This record gives sequence, structure tokens and C-alpha cells, in this order.
Amino acid sequence: MSLLGALTYHANVSLLGHAALRLDRWRTERKLGRMPTAGPHLGPPLATSGWLKELISRHYLAGRHANRVRKVAWVTSGAPIEHLKALGYYLLYPENHGAVCGIRRWGERQCQAAEDAGYSRDLCSYARTDFGTVLSGKTPVGRLPRPDLLLCCNNICQTVLYWYQVLAHHFRVPLVLIDTPFLYAEARPYMLAHVRRQIDAAVEAAERVAGRSLAPARLEGVMRLSHEAIGLWLKIMQTGRHRPAPILAFDEFIHMAPIVEMRGDESTVAYYRALLAELEERARRGVGALQVEKKRLLWDNLPIWYRLRPLAEALASRGVALVASTYTNAWGELVELIDPARPLDSMARAYLHPILNRGTGHKLATMARMLEEYHADGVLLHSDRSCKPYSIGQMDQQRRLAGELGKPALLLDADHNDPRAYAEAQAANRLQAFLEVLGV
Amino acid sequence: MSLAALGIDVGSTATKLVGVTPEGEIAWQKLVPTAPRIEAQAEALLGEARAAAGGGAPPVVATGYGRKLVPGAGRVLTEITCHARGVYRRTGRAGTLVDIGGQDSKVILIGPGGQVQHFVMNDKCAAGTGRFLEVTAGRLQLQVADMGATALAGAGEVPISSTCTVFAESEIVSLLARGAPVEHVVRGLHRALTQRVTSLVRSLGPRPPYFLSGGVAHNRAVAAFLAEALGAPVETVGEPQLMGAYGAALAGLDA
Repeated sequence: MSLLGALTYHANVSLLGHAALRLDRWRTERKLGRMPTAGPHLGPPLATSGWLKELISRHYLAGRHANRVRKVAWVTSGAPIEHLKALGYYLLYPENHGAVCGIRRWGERQCQAAEDAGYSRDLCSYARTDFGTVLSGKTPVGRLPRPDLLLCCNNICQTVLYWYQVLAHHFRVPLVLIDTPFLYAEARPYMLAHVRRQIDAAVEAAERVAGRSLAPARLEGVMRLSHEAIGLWLKIMQTGRHRPAPILAFDEFIHMAPIVEMRGDESTVAYYRALLAELEERARRGVGALQVEKKRLLWDNLPIWYRLRPLAEALASRGVALVASTYTNAWGELVELIDPARPLDSMARAYLHPILNRGTGHKLATMARMLEEYHADGVLLHSDRSCKPYSIGQMDQQRRLAGELGKPALLLDADHNDPRAYAEAQAANRLQAFLEVLGV
Repeated sequence: MSLAALGIDVGSTATKLVGVTPEGEIAWQKLVPTAPRIEAQAEALLGEARAAAGGGAPPVVATGYGRKLVPGAGRVLTEITCHARGVYRRTGRAGTLVDIGGQDSKVILIGPGGQVQHFVMNDKCAAGTGRFLEVTAGRLQLQVADMGATALAGAGEVPISSTCTVFAESEIVSLLARGAPVEHVVRGLHRALTQRVTSLVRSLGPRPPYFLSGGVAHNRAVAAFLAEALGAPVETVGEPQLMGAYGAALAGLDA
């Protein structure tokens, strides 16, 4: 790290950036405070949204200048990262960045840039968005830092194996792979040992690139923060069990950003404490995320990032609250598998158990449990063209949800980041017909 | 004539309007090709219906793809709810309704009380819809209305392997170039379409009796091939193309 680089970083991020973002947060909070409702049928906006905006903006601003002062790792959303945090890495999540592109309506152009380079339209739209970003150098967040290390864990899908090989080839940097055996049933000891050995190797690789050793106390500290944030996130989602629900899954899709890309940071814990306090207060006062809540639904799969707001409004106009989602739940449900005092073993256990690394029966059981806990009347199953591991089995799940649990479920064909794979008229028609079946 | 409610179904191909008596019987009906200016056309049709009703302002319920553009509609419902309602009123039986329209096909499970229990639709693809027949009829220089009879007249059949309308069209060109008789090709096209719809029916599980509504129900070959594939009779509901508008009009009586 050069002195000039450090000075530039601190001037841009710690001083000017910090002040500008704080001012923007203050303005946002004032604006939100004056808004009685977040939309024609929605309840009051969440006051902590201003803080969230500041956190995310600061994360990408720090990323923009990160190469000057820190090592940078690009990681998959389900990868164990606590050792990287403890070694001082800046972490970039291409999937989260993809979601930002999706929300800002950049998904199509990024995918197109990847397709222009020869990547098939059948590839995951997150991968195409990432390739498009890398190849075009353009992003709505300004600039992404160049990776020094790539960490890929296949506990979410197998596409990441090839995606990260492309990145490794492009950037000419080391790629670390952590292979997690698929769990058809309980995790066996040899599986845990297999993952643990790979995490040990990943730590060594990260130490080599960083040029320093991992301090056990630091790792334990990060793990404690990670663990606390995950616990808070779970409690935040569980406030959705109240009637009326003080938060919608649509809000959670946005507010989940820190638990994915800023897990292990003190600021994430502080932010989630504030969000939880706000939601508990709403629940106590009976303030709902909708002005009128008639029915409650569960969401399965990734969000349709470029249609979040219209979908939220369409459901809200009929008094339908999306009270939970298996997707956001995935970042909270593993809290009990983590023991901060045994960080590396905890990482092996927790990162072996994401919902996408387990059988479809487990997902059905998760949905059945969540339907009961969240008092939901039905399920919206997003059949996501870009996420086969999440979408597989949904037709059977739909049948069993209706048949065995008496909970109607709708299959909604879309794609999480590529709007060209989404037909608005057909989706709206299906959704309205489903709501008519529900009687709203 | 006393019209107690009006139902208008603005479909992708045709717009249908039905007026019902207080008892829910069809007393007035109209079917015209859907014009590009949906709002103006709907307004003119509704004016015509109101005039036929001898003035007054019966409630209007709109359905179909253009339902949100119908001026003065008191309620807006999907074709799924409306077709199910119209068909149940006609048949009085629970079962599986196959509604094949110009732009999509739907399979609707009607419960014992006439309520929609479940439904599935074709995905974002024109195969398995009326558009499939329209496009291929154009390539074969046949009238859409003659396609069913042509298919049933053909003794032989050539398989159409493509499930995509666009690719099916290219496949037809190749088949004709190889000397396949038009009747055999038409029969193969109907087989491809009904196979697609049969998959949708099967995805809901076998729940006879089977009913057929929507514009494509006029095509006798579709009903025959569907019955063959499902191994059970498929009943074409009387005035199948009007069932959406009829169900909408019946919903208008609820108020």
C-alpha cells in the first residue's frame, strides 16, 4: 500500500464520501419521515431505510477505491468468508452486485454485453450480468475493484464453478474452490471433515495472497459479529409473524444486503439492531407494512429484481402481504449451527447446510413450517429461469402444498435478472387469477 | 329486452360481449375481431348492448387481456375465473376445463361448487394456442376455420417434432418440400398442439370430466385428439368462445 494510495482512499472514502453519504442519509430520513405511506396501498416506510442506503453506498464506495489499500476477494454468496474478513480483505459479491444491476434496470444491458462476447443466453443471468460488467467495465455503482483472490463455494449451484473459472482466466488471479457435498439427508462426519479441510486450505491461500497470518482472536471476533448479525436477521424476519406483518419479504430482499455482503462487520450488527427495534415497535403498535392486510403469502426463490416495486404494489392493492420468503430465510436459519468459539468448525457446518445444498424435500418441509409459523395462506413459487437448483421440484412442491397442506401455490415464470425472460401480461394474469382463487 | 348485466371478454383475437337476464340466461351476444384501439371498440360495443337493452346501465364486468381498458367496467376479472363460471353454469359439474384461446391455453380445475381450485397456463410461448394454428394455416394457405376438418380428413399423419410455433413453421416448409401431403401435415400440427395441452392437463392430474372452451374449441379435431390423448371424452361447451364473457356477465349479477 503506497502512502498516496492510502491518502486517496481515506480522502475519498473516510472523509468526503463519509460526509456526503451521511448528509444523504439525513436527507433520506427526513424525506421518509414526511411520507405517511410508502405507496398508495403500503404502510409507512421503514425509517432505517436511510441507514441501509448509507451502508450499501459506503460498501460500494469503499470497493471503488479498495485496490489502493486492501486485498480484494470476489466471493460467491454462500462462501465462507469470515477468514477473509479477519485478514482484512474487501469482499465483493458479484451476485449482490448483479442484484443492484437488476434493481437499477441494468440487468438487460449487462447480459447483452456478455451475450455479445459469446456467452449463451441459457447461462444464469447473474453470471451474464457479472461477465457483462467485467467486459464492459460499466456498472451503476461506478467501478468494481479488481480481485486479488477468487473464492467459490458450490453450496448454491454448480454454475459458479465455471463462472469463477472464467473470472480466474480473465483476471489471472488464484481461484479457491470449496466443494460442499450435497445433503440428501443429515450431514455425515466425513462431509464435515471434507469441508473443514478445504476451509483450512482456503485460509492458507488467503494468507499467502494477503501476505499475513490469520490471527485466531480476530477470526473469533469476526465470527461473533457474523453470528450476532445472523441471529438479528432471523429475528427481523420473524417479526413478519405478527398480524399485520410490520415488514414484507419485498423489504427483506433489500434489507438483506448487509447480511450477505457485510456479514462480520460491526456496522451490520448495529444496523440490524436498529431495524429490529423499529419493527418490534411497529408490531407493538399494530402498524403493518400494508394499509389493509387481508391475506398473507410466502415467496419461494430469488426475487424478480427488476419488478420488486410493481409486484409489491400489485399485491398491496388487493391487501396481500408477502410475509416471508425461503430465500431471505436462508441467511438466518443456520444461526444455531454456529459456535463463535469454534469458528472453523462452525464455518464447515454452517456452509454445508444452505437450503440449496439440501434436497427438495427439505425445501418443502421448510415451506410447510414457514406457512404455519407465518400464518400464510399460500405460496408464490418463482420459477426462475436462471436458478435451476432453486426452481427444480417446484411443480411437485406446488401439488403437495395444495394437496397435503391445502395451501394454494402459484408458479410464476420469470428470471431474477433478465427482464427479457419475463412476460408482464402473462405474469399479471396468472397473479390476478391466483388472487381471485384466494378470494381477494 | 331486459339485460341485468353485461360481460365483455377482450381477447387477443376476438372481443365477445354477452348480456344476461336476471336469471343468468344469455339474452344478447356479439363477437367481433379485436381492434387495435381496444378502448374505443369496447365503448362502442357496450353502447350497442345498452341500446339493445333499451337503455339503463346494467353492471359491466370485463375480462380477457384487454380487460383493464374497458371503460365503465365495475369489476375486472381474469378469464380463468370467468370461463370457469360460465362453463359451470352451463354444465353444472365439477371437472377439468381446457380453455384454448388465441394467445394462451389454460387448464382450470373446477371444484364441486363451481369454484376454481387450481389452474395452469402455457408458458411464454405460442405453441399450444390458437396462434399456433393461425400461423401454420397461413403457411399452408388454409382458412383457420377449415383446419380441423382438414386434419380429420387426413388418413395419414406426419409428426411435427417442434414445439415452437416459429420452428414448426420452418418444419412445415421442409415437410412440404419433401412432398408430404397437406392433410398429413395438418393432422401432425393438431397432434403437436394437443400434446402440448395434454401435458398441461396431466400436470393437474387426471380429473375428468373434461370440458373444452375458447375459440379453438370450434376446431373439432382438437377435441377429438385431446379425447384420444386423455383416454376420456372431451365435451365442447355450447358457444365455447362466449364462455368468458358469459362468466363475466354472471359475475355482474353478484352485485
